[in-house]
Amino acid sequence: MKAGAGSRAFAPGAAPGQPRFPWGRIGYWAASLLFIFVSVFPLLYALSSSLKQGSGLFSPALWPEAPTFANYSGVFADQPFAQNLLNSLLVAGSVVSLSLGLSLMAAWAFGRVEFRGRGLLLILILSASMLPQVAVLSGMFELVRAFGMYDTLGALIIADLLLTLPFTVWVLVTFMRQLPKELEEAAAMDGVGVLTLVFRVFMPLLWPAMVATGLLAFIAAWNEFLFALTFTLSTEARTVPVAIALISTPSGFELPWGKIMAASVIVTLPLVALVVVFQRRIVSGLSAGAVKG
Amino acid sequence: MADDSLRPPFQNALLRGGLAAQRVRRAWWMAAPMLLVLAAVGAWPLLRTIWFSLTDSELSNLGDYAFIGLENYVGEYGLLASAEWWQAVGNTLLFTGLSVTLETLLGLAVALLLNQASRLRTLLRAALLVPWAIPTVVSAKMWSWMLHDQFGIVNHHLLALGLIAAPLAWTADPQLSLFSIVLVDVWKATPYMALLILAALQMVPEDCYEAARVDGVPRWQVFRRITLPLILPGLLVAMVFRTLDALRVFDLIYVMTSNSRDTQSMSVFVREQLIDFGLVGYGSAAATCLFFMIALLSIIAMGLMRRTFERAAA
Repeated sequence: MKAGAGSRAFAPGAAPGQPRFPWGRIGYWAASLLFIFVSVFPLLYALSSSLKQGSGLFSPALWPEAPTFANYSGVFADQPFAQNLLNSLLVAGSVVSLSLGLSLMAAWAFGRVEFRGRGLLLILILSASMLPQVAVLSGMFELVRAFGMYDTLGALIIADLLLTLPFTVWVLVTFMRQLPKELEEAAAMDGVGVLTLVFRVFMPLLWPAMVATGLLAFIAAWNEFLFALTFTLSTEARTVPVAIALISTPSGFELPWGKIMAASVIVTLPLVALVVVFQRRIVSGLSAGAVKG
Repeated sequence: MADDSLRPPFQNALLRGGLAAQRVRRAWWMAAPMLLVLAAVGAWPLLRTIWFSLTDSELSNLGDYAFIGLENYVGEYGLLASAEWWQAVGNTLLFTGLSVTLETLLGLAVALLLNQASRLRTLLRAALLVPWAIPTVVSAKMWSWMLHDQFGIVNHHLLALGLIAAPLAWTADPQLSLFSIVLVDVWKATPYMALLILAALQMVPEDCYEAARVDGVPRWQVFRRITLPLILPGLLVAMVFRTLDALRVFDLIYVMTSNSRDTQSMSVFVREQLIDFGLVGYGSAAATCLFFMIALLSIIAMGLMRRTFERAAA
């Protein structure tokens, strides 16, 4: 583990002359705690609000006076929220498996074979990740209608691949390049086909990279909003972000904030758990895509 | 291969050439499914959007349209003559400029904190990933609730501290709403920025700091003369990524302020025209403008970055 420049300076005797290091230490702790507080507070406040009801909702206290789960049961009673959750899970799960499968195959081609046009194709794939979603919206709408997929999850799965494929390909190519050449030669000697090579020999070795990119793809698909908003119509076909964005009261006056916060907590907690458990992998995946590429 | 030397050299070359050609053919087969999918969901819809932008197509009947040339762009009621479009452009640029600047500065600060060996580091990193992982729609809702004009906790505490005299309508007041949106975006995207900058920081060789310490160089000077120049390429890449991301902002603005003119971004404008008004031709023209703007910026950025990288390598 590398220590930065600052931590050296904190070490006793590092700074010649007067020992002024406690200031740096205090500043470090104050700044870190501030960032931790600011990052986490909105989620805590959402959790707190989701447990309040009626006029209790208008009190800014962090600890609810009379905690209740009424908002949680309300979310499931007022709309097909369980169905929405299942939709999100299906879409995100399919997007992850499709992106990983397709990009693992492609990563072998781009990472381990020299061929003409490789560099150009890689740049094109990277530029696909810079496409604004609205730039493909009308063309995609036409496509979705032509295939009779409007208001179905299939439309979302296909569309979301545009968001995930470019970076899953890039990250897996980076990792595929680092695998030893001898492995492939040994496999070739045994007369192993290239698909077996990729999925039986390379995939087990690449699993840390697969977990990292898979998680990033999952989060991207789980959070996707614009396509889901545009390509679905019925409440039963919605994914969770759309369902939350469109929660309203029948009267249409004030939004049911307690229920919105309850729904927000339900979709966020699994993600936060995933992120905390896999934080190292996610960080390595994020920076592999950006810096090494 | 061991028995290569036993064959005549010409046969050897032929064999290698044949094997290599076979390998390349296999590579194309392996890459084909991914390339086809990307062409179907990326390239084709993009080309269709550009084509639609030259027609008077409408959502209710996508197949029935007439070619009208550049009418959607430069016509009497075209994009370039629309005040609403220019406001959307202005909003997007203001949003991008403000949020990327703030996220870079804060991200750099957080990255420097994360680069210190400390007991707090794991906790800090986990906490930072929270805003990043929360769906944008959810963060928009959480903050809308915290910034609520009557019952929001932000107004409550600001009033209690005496910093404001009356509750502020954070998301409804046209003077404030765009800044509220920037605030939420900074909260959400700073962690991403910090992680990218951290990756660059960790690649700075330890001996540079070692040498500076031996020479007794003050810390600020170490940062300015050693750290900053060395992480500059990484920092620029992160800024470019964020800028391209911010230019196409949709979720946050749509959820916090819907289609309000005061905060509408280019993406929100496009979707409103395309879906809410059903003007596929006109909306596609706006989408095409956004696309070319981002494409142009990417090309400029790539050129600039190449130069920076070459200078850093030299």
